Parts: sequence; C-alpha cells; structure tokens
Amino acid sequence: MLKILKYSFFDLMRSRWSYVYFLFYLLLGIVLLFLNNDLSKAVITLMNVIIILVPLIGTIFGVMYYYNSKEFTELLLAQPVKRSSIFLGQYLGVALSLSMSLIIGLGLPFVFYGIFNSGAIWDFSLLLVTGAFLTLIFTALAFVIALANENKIKGFGYAILLWLFMAVIYDGIFLMSLVYFEEYPLDTFSLVATMLNPVDLSRVLILLKLDISALLGYTGAVFQKFFGTNFGFILSSLLLVIWVAVPTFFIQHMAKRKDF
Amino acid sequence: MIEIDNLHKKFGKNEVLKGIDLTIDSGGIFAVLGPNGSGKTTLIKSILGMVVPNDGIIKLNGASIKQSWEYRNDIDYLPQIANFPGNLTVKELIKMIKDLRSNKTADDERLIDLFKLQPFLDKKLNNLSGGTKQKVNLVLTFMFDSPLVILDEPTTGLDPISHIRLKELITAEKQKGKTILITSHIMSFVEEISDEIVFLLEGKIYFRGSIADLKTKTEQPDFEHAIASMLSSSYA
Repeated sequence: MLKILKYSFFDLMRSRWSYVYFLFYLLLGIVLLFLNNDLSKAVITLMNVIIILVPLIGTIFGVMYYYNSKEFTELLLAQPVKRSSIFLGQYLGVALSLSMSLIIGLGLPFVFYGIFNSGAIWDFSLLLVTGAFLTLIFTALAFVIALANENKIKGFGYAILLWLFMAVIYDGIFLMSLVYFEEYPLDTFSLVATMLNPVDLSRVLILLKLDISALLGYTGAVFQKFFGTNFGFILSSLLLVIWVAVPTFFIQHMAKRKDF
Repeated sequence: MIEIDNLHKKFGKNEVLKGIDLTIDSGGIFAVLGPNGSGKTTLIKSILGMVVPNDGIIKLNGASIKQSWEYRNDIDYLPQIANFPGNLTVKELIKMIKDLRSNKTADDERLIDLFKLQPFLDKKLNNLSGGTKQKVNLVLTFMFDSPLVILDEPTTGLDPISHIRLKELITAEKQKGKTILITSHIMSFVEEISDEIVFLLEGKIYFRGSIADLKTKTEQPDFEHAIASMLSSSYA
C-alpha cells in the first residue's frame, strides 16, 4: 500500500491544483493576519472558512482523482498488488496531500507572525487538526461515492449534494427543528445532532476551545458543560475518528467486489 | 496450469459467461477466439481477478485465485486498450511497474531496444501515438519472466516491423516453456502462432482443439473460412 500511496502522493504533488490550493491558503492566512492584526480573531475567521471549504475541496478532489486515475487503477489491478491497498493507497495519497497543502499553507504565515510565542497556538493547532480530519472524512466519502458510481456526472452530482447537505442543509433542518420543538427540552437532541455531523462537530469543538461559547447563549452553556470536559473532548475526537473509519471500511469493502 | 470450472459472470442483466469449463496445461500458445461480445476479455479478466465471477472456480497451479493477489506475480498481462496515467513519462512508468514487482528481474533494456523506444523514454504518455503506446504496453508485459503470459489483442496499432518482432518475441517465450494466452481478431496471426484454439460463442466454449481439427470439423480448406463457417452455422 505504501508504494501506491507514494505514487499517488507524488502524482498529486506535481499537479497544478495542489499548488493552487496551497497558495490559496497561504494568501488567506497572510491577508487575514494583516487585516486583523490579532491572532485569535484570525483563527475565528479562518474557522468559518475552513469548516465550509475543506469539506468541499476534499469531496471534489476525491471524486476527481478517482475518475481521473482510472487508467492507473486498471494498470495496477493486473499487477501483484492487493486490491484494497490500491484504493486505500490512492485515498490516503489524496487526503494527505490535501491536508499538507492546508497545514503548510496556513501554517507558514502564522509561524512567521509568531504563533509559537502566542497563547493562540493551541487554538490554531486544533483548527489545523480538525481541518485535516475533515479532509480525511470528506475524501473518504468522495471515494465511496465514486466507487459506487461508474458514471462521472452522477458521481460528481452526488458528491456535491453530500457536501451541500452536510455543510448547509443539515444546519437548516437542525435549526428548523429547534424552532419547531422549542416547547420541549432540546439539550440532548442538539448535542446528538451536532455530534452526528462532522462539520458541526468541528465547528463546535473549535468555538468552545476559543472560549467564545458565551456567544452561543444557553445552548453554549450546555455545550460547554459537555464538550468542555475531557469526556466530551475525547468522545468528539472519537466520533471524528469513526467518521474516518466507517467510509474507509466501505472503500475497502466495495473495492473487493467491483468489476473492472 | 489453469483450471476453470463452471464460470459464470453477469453484468447487470447481461449474462456474459454461461458456464465455462476449461483446462489449460503448461506450455504452448492458446488462442481465445470468438465474435465481439462473446466474453473473451471477461474470461481473461476473471483469470486476472479484475472481474469477480458470480459462480465457478478458477485455479492456477492447483490453488484457487479467489481473494488472493500473490498469484499475479506469475502472470504478465497485456491489456486490450493501453490506458496509462497520462502525466507520467515512459521511463517513470517502467520504473514504477518494476518497483511494484521488485522481487523480479526486469529485462526492459532489451525490449526498449527491440521496439526502438529510446526516443520516447522522456516523453509523456499522453503525447504518444496509439502504436507507440502499444509498444510501451508490450515492453511492460514482456519485461518480466513469468510462466503465464496473457495477451489481449496484442497486435492493435502495430506497424509491420513491430508486428514481426512481436511474433518473434512470442515464439521465443514459448520456447522457454511458457503458457501464452492470446485473443485476436487477426486470423492470419492466430493461425501462424497458436498451437490450440478455444472458440467462445455467447458465453460458452463452442470449440476447442487444434486448427487442423477445426478444418476437418468444418470441412473448410483454410482457417479464416473455418471460423466463418462456424459463426454462420451458429447464427443460423
């Protein structure tokens, strides 16, 4: 698997899009820092961008890479390589190169600004770690969608729908149900609903870490009580890991029975 | 060498292989023939494990190939359409495949020389013509010394000189005692090199034997007409 990972990774490192993605984050980091002149505020703004953009890029890149490397896959399938290694290697190649663009692209401006001497270092690290997790999750979901759909257009369509659902529609439904059922106690419901969507989960994790949960009102207090504790933090990290593990399992499972 | 027992494969509603029983012994050149859509490529891809059969067993050297991948170390495969990752150069591609099968010694220099590929080594695969791609394909297939060689339409796009070289190459491989499985639509090519033919029709084996047997069976003086008569009698 490591060999496949290596080839996919270097293949992507040579592609123009990895650089565009990297430069975008570099620019974003620099602009935010110079506009805000405050590390903590820059981290908050970045969070809003990352939470929406990282899943989108992960999904699109994942689907695109799968369909574009069809020839490579077919070539590998006739070689003495395990099937699941081919797909897991390609998946990790995409996910790792995207995470690297994110971490280095955002990391560089912050390092030069002096993040190591500031209190925001942990917030910032958490931001990058959740960003990497979101990349892993959404690239894996994209691979599952691509494996299930021979048709490129359909695959792309489903992938975009998935992103739209997770990043936008889910919140809408969530909010509407909160308004609709406002007569009832909703603490547990909102906690569970937040934890089931990796996008929301990441957002809440970062917001709470930033100590601006007061902005969240009463719910914030409930959330703080839950996520602020070690138990909450470990549970949410575990959920992120599960969000990576389940689609990865599906990639492996589907790869085993697909015809080429 | 290869034992295939009751092999079935469906793609959706389209039943491509309807119970193939085939035993191929070691050594010799076997041609798998049949009209378009008769299941030749599906049969080959099943042996390679690229297609997962619905039913039936395929054994290679006595061991079932199901859920296994190590056996592909013993197979060299030439795909029908030379699809390569376009942004690699020829050299990088050869290096990569060698790296993937690093337990084998590769004989790429001689083959690159044989097909005169030196001027293309640093070119990207996207920029190569169909025939040159096929030559690269041949180099990748023949550079390892595996006991089973599977060639799916090896002559596609080749110029006459390369065609002759390919025939020489196949004959030389046969002399080493290898088993070679070929599909082709060029009957003169098949007649010239193959020891035995397997004729597939609508997902079943319709005929198996030597070319001489086929000629006697169909009472036709030449091979091409024998095949044609077999097809027309089955369509009738």
